Amino acid sequence: MTPDEARSMIAEALARIAPGTDLDELDPDESLAEEADLDSMDLLSLLDALHERTGLELAEADAAQLRTLNSAVAYLVAASG
Amino acid sequence: MPSLGADMDEGTLVAWRVGPGDVVRRGDIVAVVQTEKSDIEVEVFEAGTVAELLVDVGTTVAVGTPLARIEGERAAEQPVATKATPARAASPQRSMAGRVLSPLVRRDAAALGVDLASLQPADPSGPLHRSDVAAARRTRPATLRSGAASPYARRLASERGVDLAVLSGSGSGPAGAVLARDLPEVSSVAGSEAPPLDPMRAAIARTMERSNREIPHYYLAHTVDLAASVGWLAGRNAGRPPAGRILLSALELRAVALAARKVGELNGSWVDGRFVAGEGVHLGVIVALRGGGLLAPVIRDADRLDVESTMAALSDVVERARRGALRSSELSGATITVTNLGEDGVEEIYGVIHPPQVAIVGFGGVIDRVVATEGRAQVHPTVRVTLAADHRATDGRIGGRFLSKVGSLLAQPGKL
Repeated sequence: MTPDEARSMIAEALARIAPGTDLDELDPDESLAEEADLDSMDLLSLLDALHERTGLELAEADAAQLRTLNSAVAYLVAASG
Repeated sequence: MPSLGADMDEGTLVAWRVGPGDVVRRGDIVAVVQTEKSDIEVEVFEAGTVAELLVDVGTTVAVGTPLARIEGERAAEQPVATKATPARAASPQRSMAGRVLSPLVRRDAAALGVDLASLQPADPSGPLHRSDVAAARRTRPATLRSGAASPYARRLASERGVDLAVLSGSGSGPAGAVLARDLPEVSSVAGSEAPPLDPMRAAIARTMERSNREIPHYYLAHTVDLAASVGWLAGRNAGRPPAGRILLSALELRAVALAARKVGELNGSWVDGRFVAGEGVHLGVIVALRGGGLLAPVIRDADRLDVESTMAALSDVVERARRGALRSSELSGATITVTNLGEDGVEEIYGVIHPPQVAIVGFGGVIDRVVATEGRAQVHPTVRVTLAADHRATDGRIGGRFLSKVGSLLAQPGKL
């Protein structure tokens, strides 16, 4: 998976979970939850969507690596090989 | 019948102070009206001769119903236009001349849906006063020269930002008075100036106003050690796909549901001056909506669900609340409400009770705090749990027992 693919995967999921979110408007190095106004239920939905698309476990223990947009993209790229 | 408060729908005429043939001047007391709060003297708003009394003493009529007919100086017939004594401005200032509109007058007019262009000041050579606006709001609507509208239509118009002057005379009521059904659903009327008040904002405002007006709240807070619950969740969720995981919120809801069953004094409603215990524990869950506002869908029989089904129910109502897909039945019947602002970094939240319920439980964020465990200081995840409760229904001791129960349940997540 390329960074662009990872990014558009996140954008697609957010379009459903948090309609109106524009990734270009977000600070990619700040907390995605805060930037896109996501609560824990939204974050769980986001993980679920990414899990469905990639088959990755996205364990709770890895949550820290998914905290920001940039770190989430990096994580998805690395984990998908 | 003048409206003597936003919550007044009807009044009882208890006495007439004038009779047919009497000459009245503006400001004369013409009748006494009984409301839920007190007896109030009703002033006349026009000068003229009383032609006919339309309502008998002892009769209860809706706000807006004409009480009498007055033959005025200008027109052949003028309705009794009434205003209530207590609301009268003490000593209005004179202005030099012309149509001077103070910001307060403009604001009142906008808030009450009164068309300023249709108003005559009490003193024809003076400016419009707030009392003129208030009087116009209370005046018998259907026979006003212009701006005629029922009180309900005025309120709706105000909420929707509709300028009643635009519809004046074209309504389906008597003499073209504008009734509620004549208003457009959403504000799209040309010439409307005030931005429409979002109906949800208006509903929240009404509920919260009523709560703070009627309910004597008391507030309690506990700090609850979450080490056990957080550890239990980590073990429970490990190795499961996201869709199968459980959030701390579900444990918190379970703890509240079980504690509400145990301490039933907080689970129910205050109706007609007494507490009515809830049949079952139905949890109202405050869901903040993207873009503002909130809903409180109800998880019914929450005390009979296990943690898994609580999580499923929570996830379901949150998702549908945000999609606008809740049924009306799911928005009523809560016996106690839970609100959680922890994810916004709030440490503790003291809620406002949703009438007729008698308690609201608040959860702050999960914060690492130093706690004393077995004589040693340790850092544990903790949460501040608060209770706002109706002091008419319970005393602080009951509230304290309830919070202790919530805390002890979260310390033993296996029991949830």
